[in-house]
Amino acid sequence: MGFKDFCFRKSLWVFHFGGASCNNCDIEILDCLTPRHDLERFGILLVGSIRHADVLLVNGSINQRDKERLIEIYNQAPKPIKVVAIGACGCTGGIFAEGMTFAGPVDKIIPVDAYIPGCPPKPEAIIAGIVKLAKG
Amino acid sequence: MSRKTLIPIGPYHPLQEEPELFKLYCDGEIVRDIKWETGYNHRGIEKLSESKTYDQVFFLVERICGICSTSHPFAFANAVEEIAGIEITDRAKYIRSIIGELERIHSHLLWVGLAGHFLGYNTVFMWAWKYREPVLDLFEMITGNRNSYAMFKVGGVRRDIENSKIESIRKVMSDVKKKTDLLAGAVMDDPVIHARTKGVGILTKQDVMDFAAVGPTARASGVAIDVRKDDPYAAYPLVNWKVITATEGDVFAKAQVRLLEMYESISIIEQCLEGLKKEKEGEINVKVKEIPAGMATGRAEAPRGEVFHFVVSDGSNSPARHKIRAPSYVNIATFRKSCIGQTIADATITLAAVDPCYCCTERLATAYDFDSGEKIMNARELINMSVEKTAEIRKTIR
Repeated sequence: MGFKDFCFRKSLWVFHFGGASCNNCDIEILDCLTPRHDLERFGILLVGSIRHADVLLVNGSINQRDKERLIEIYNQAPKPIKVVAIGACGCTGGIFAEGMTFAGPVDKIIPVDAYIPGCPPKPEAIIAGIVKLAKG
Repeated sequence: MSRKTLIPIGPYHPLQEEPELFKLYCDGEIVRDIKWETGYNHRGIEKLSESKTYDQVFFLVERICGICSTSHPFAFANAVEEIAGIEITDRAKYIRSIIGELERIHSHLLWVGLAGHFLGYNTVFMWAWKYREPVLDLFEMITGNRNSYAMFKVGGVRRDIENSKIESIRKVMSDVKKKTDLLAGAVMDDPVIHARTKGVGILTKQDVMDFAAVGPTARASGVAIDVRKDDPYAAYPLVNWKVITATEGDVFAKAQVRLLEMYESISIIEQCLEGLKKEKEGEINVKVKEIPAGMATGRAEAPRGEVFHFVVSDGSNSPARHKIRAPSYVNIATFRKSCIGQTIADATITLAAVDPCYCCTERLATAYDFDSGEKIMNARELINMSVEKTAEIRKTIR
């Protein structure tokens, strides 16, 4: 195991970027942190600034207004950073892929390390995705 | 005039789940002016809707907002059924109302949690979200998904609530009622919460009238506006319930209205379950052959207020025009009254008290600064697309 992988083993700090989403994934991500699922016991913490984060969660279809901001946030992130696309919209654009303001799924804009599909993915699915990410 | 400090909140801020930008112009601690910028959530849903069939549109409008994912299909169904002159069965009406009220309970619990979080009461946040889970489990049992339910269709509902499930729903409801008691007690009796929320962000009755606010925001200022009573639909005229109002119009009154509404919702669900028992199982659909040409508006009371859908049909299998107005669109404007003059610390809870929902709201491609008249949004493509959209609509309607 390299040093980089070792760093991602525990206490992942997460920054949440909500694109043009329907809010479902956003509330399911918050749900992961609340008592039933309680991701904080693994040291996973939602942080307020991308400069503190190890993982960038992106959900929602990305519209043209979000695109430039997503790129800017990715550029500000300390590297290495893991990027996770959450939900059908994050992975492919989902139902909004034909929309007039759609600017491409997340992986066309920034490199993505993990995909968690679902509309919305259940908190269990999000946890499973994060665990797989941490295991490398 | 002294120089003002600009404090931006957003667009991607830990305070918010959704992307939006607030600009607070402050003089010392006091907020003197507020402006907001949206558009980060624009997805072009109205245009997409025109390319989908009536059956598919339900899946689309459900994804306008994940939290109100019943209200939008509800309003759309009301509109389309009015165009086609369809009267749905009583069983379908009861099922629709049950889903609508379950959604209200989960949405209000979610809000109470977030409001607690903004006030620094993370315990309230954790509790409220913990007690919300059984409601989501109910949704999973009834519809198969925790959030987007896909229950509605033109002429009825997609899935039945079998009579065998009624008891388990009733059990969860009595649990939720107990937990609401606990939560309401914790919120209503806490002196610190009183101090933080009473007299903060006051909207007078006149303000509500001026801004045409809807939902709990209006009801907390003494305006008894509720689509379920004013323009009855589904099973709401068949059950007994009352519109909750308060008179103070501050953040505390808004919390109070929401908490008391949860009791009404539980009571509506219990009466609907009684009603379900009397109806025959499986009679949830009426046959729909075609949607004739015509236009209609459909309204539904979302947890945040009135959802308004306007549908124009040209007799084909997809809407010719579909206009949506979500409650937050009018409620957000009240910030100009409620936030100005508050301290910065109170501004956050005042902003949150409306329970704004931006993914519902963002129908608009351009916005204008009221003072200078200049365009705030600079995404040229969006504007051009909006112009093109208008031109196309003109063509179709002619």
